[in-house]
Amino acid sequence: MGGDKAVLTGVHFMSGDIACAEGAIAAGCRFFAGYPITPATEIAEHMAARMPEVGGIYIQMEDEIASIAAVIGASYAGLKAMTATSGPGFSLMQENIGLAVMTEAPCVIVDVMRGGPSTGQPTLPGQQDVMQVKWGSHGDYEIIALAPSSVQEMFDFTVEAFNLAETYRVPTFVMADEIVAHMWERVVIPPPENIRIVNRKKPSVSRDDYMPFMPDDDLVPPMACFGEGYRFHATGLTHDERGYPRTQDSEVQTRLVQRLCDKIRKNADKIVRVEEVMLDDADVVVVAYGIVARSALSAVRRAREQGVKAGLLRLITLWPFPGKHVAKAAEKAKAIIVPEMNCGQIVREVERAAKTTPAYHVPKLGENPHTPMEIFAAIRRHG
Amino acid sequence: MAGAFEHPFAVYLRAAMIPHIWCSGCGNGVILNAFIHALDELRMDLDKFVVVSGIGCIGRTAGYTNVDSFHTTHGRAIPFATGVKLAKPELEVVVISGDGDLFAIGGNHFIHAARRNIGIKVICANNFNYGMTGGQVGPTTPLEALTTTTPYGNVEHPFNLVHLATASGATYVARWTTLHVRMLTMSIKKLLQRKGFSFIEVVSPCPEIYGRRNNMRTGLEMMEWFRKASVIANFSDPAKAEITPEKIVVGEFVDIEKPTYEQLLYGKIAKIVKKE
Ligand SMILES: Cc1ncc(C[n+]2csc(CCOP(=O)(O)OP(=O)(O)O)c2C)c(N)n1
Ligand code: SF4
Ligand SMILES: [Mg+2]
Repeated sequence: MGGDKAVLTGVHFMSGDIACAEGAIAAGCRFFAGYPITPATEIAEHMAARMPEVGGIYIQMEDEIASIAAVIGASYAGLKAMTATSGPGFSLMQENIGLAVMTEAPCVIVDVMRGGPSTGQPTLPGQQDVMQVKWGSHGDYEIIALAPSSVQEMFDFTVEAFNLAETYRVPTFVMADEIVAHMWERVVIPPPENIRIVNRKKPSVSRDDYMPFMPDDDLVPPMACFGEGYRFHATGLTHDERGYPRTQDSEVQTRLVQRLCDKIRKNADKIVRVEEVMLDDADVVVVAYGIVARSALSAVRRAREQGVKAGLLRLITLWPFPGKHVAKAAEKAKAIIVPEMNCGQIVREVERAAKTTPAYHVPKLGENPHTPMEIFAAIRRHG
Repeated sequence: MAGAFEHPFAVYLRAAMIPHIWCSGCGNGVILNAFIHALDELRMDLDKFVVVSGIGCIGRTAGYTNVDSFHTTHGRAIPFATGVKLAKPELEVVVISGDGDLFAIGGNHFIHAARRNIGIKVICANNFNYGMTGGQVGPTTPLEALTTTTPYGNVEHPFNLVHLATASGATYVARWTTLHVRMLTMSIKKLLQRKGFSFIEVVSPCPEIYGRRNNMRTGLEMMEWFRKASVIANFSDPAKAEITPEKIVVGEFVDIEKPTYEQLLYGKIAKIVKKE
């Protein structure tokens, strides 16, 4: 489907939202359901224009609850599917994100973060949903979330998000912000043969032997789709390996929920990605992600110029949290600085991982991310 | 348990899921039975058939039918089914769910799927209350009815579902009670043969939870009400088909054709892909 129109190989100047949409299409996404919301609207608009060109489906649903429900349906029908939203819509999606976790529906959800709570600041950036993405739906679960810092990464990480979603049968999140989404930058789209694409594992057994929730050694069950003749059942209720509800059985509940968590936790070393800059001898470590990491990088460079041994640990994967990397960086460091566009969220995870090394949060709310000078000042203060 | 004594309809049910959870005297079994008869009479391709349910007593139907099936969150069967249908239009996608699921928490999805004319088929078991959670008031509970959350009598006006479906754009609309098994089966067969958004309301007894609070202790007594009150009036005005204690208008209300969402969308896609 789509042929060479699917991957726009070449050098482009585009916005983060458009790069995200193109990344999805390059990854094989052929279903988009969404509801307009600033600053994610351009993803929907671009998908509306591009999906038909590659033989894919675009539908604007009646709300975000319906959007994520349709995405899960399309995923079960065999398509790679995505939705994109921002804070208010992200809140509406939470119940069905839990359904996607429970039924192991591969799908990608883009949250272009703006200032909250509530309607908040529609046109301004935030990093206030980074805990919600992990904990927003009820119950115990694990998901994967990536944080792009540039327009190029809006493309690259969206491709990666699809690959992770398909590999682990888990909803995977691109946690962007208003700046990376609306900013225009150079984007290089490689030729299709240089883009790694992963597709979900298919069952190799007959209908009679197929158990839709029987995992392989990697804890991920192969996935049949509707219409392939397996005649299987899936439910958001606690279910056994056949997919049948077993709501009164604590053993089944333990086995299922533990596996849903473990398939991410035990594969975390394969999933987690960070960028480490000048950490080897760093006394002061800045832990940052998203657009803020760019200010953090210049602050760290400036500090080095002035003889302060500063380093940057950029979190590419927010979840599973790169705790080992933080712990390692913290071993030698005197202080950790965590600038975030919120009142203190990821810093809590950093503190847990850093143990005795103090972590200092640098909050920023309102209009712009931290300037390099603001982060530099924090390095000076605590270094 | 293949063998000489296997029930001819065994192929349609997941034996391991039976016994079902429904009370004796409940109408849900009648609906499932009529549904399976319709599948059987039409010789539907069960490999290309998907049943989707929301949450509620009737919502367990998806689990009982031996086809590809999905039990969604409360109220979200229709948008899930929309995703399935658009992704694979060759599949027959049927939503079977309750009055609360489809018209309270999921009401917005119903009217928009009908408006778009997505080619999914919706069967609603209207038992006038929330059975699963123990009998609270719902969007079809009659005025003055007693439920656990209307202990002094209901003061909410109920939806007239066939009118709502018609006004929202459904291309096939019918209402039957679980007393009208043959008509219901005939109607489900039609629903399965139509292309556009199609809807059947099945007025169904919930003696255990609704009936006993409203002077109809058994399934039989509820059926007696349906028998006395039902009036068959095909293609009458759905606006005048409100359900009252005295009168339940049943029959087909709408049977029209118009292009479905997926026909229009895939038509556009074919043109755009060709142009490229
Ligand atoms: C979001 C959410 N809210 C509430 C519930 C609790 N709940 C389960 S079933 C149900 C009502 C079902 O009523 P109906 O759809 O009429 O089905 P019935 O049980 O009557 O067949 C409710 C409120 C839920 N599961 N999810
Ligand atoms: S509570 Fe009512 S609807 Fe539910 S199974 Fe019992 S009789 Fe049927
Ligand atoms: Mg009900």
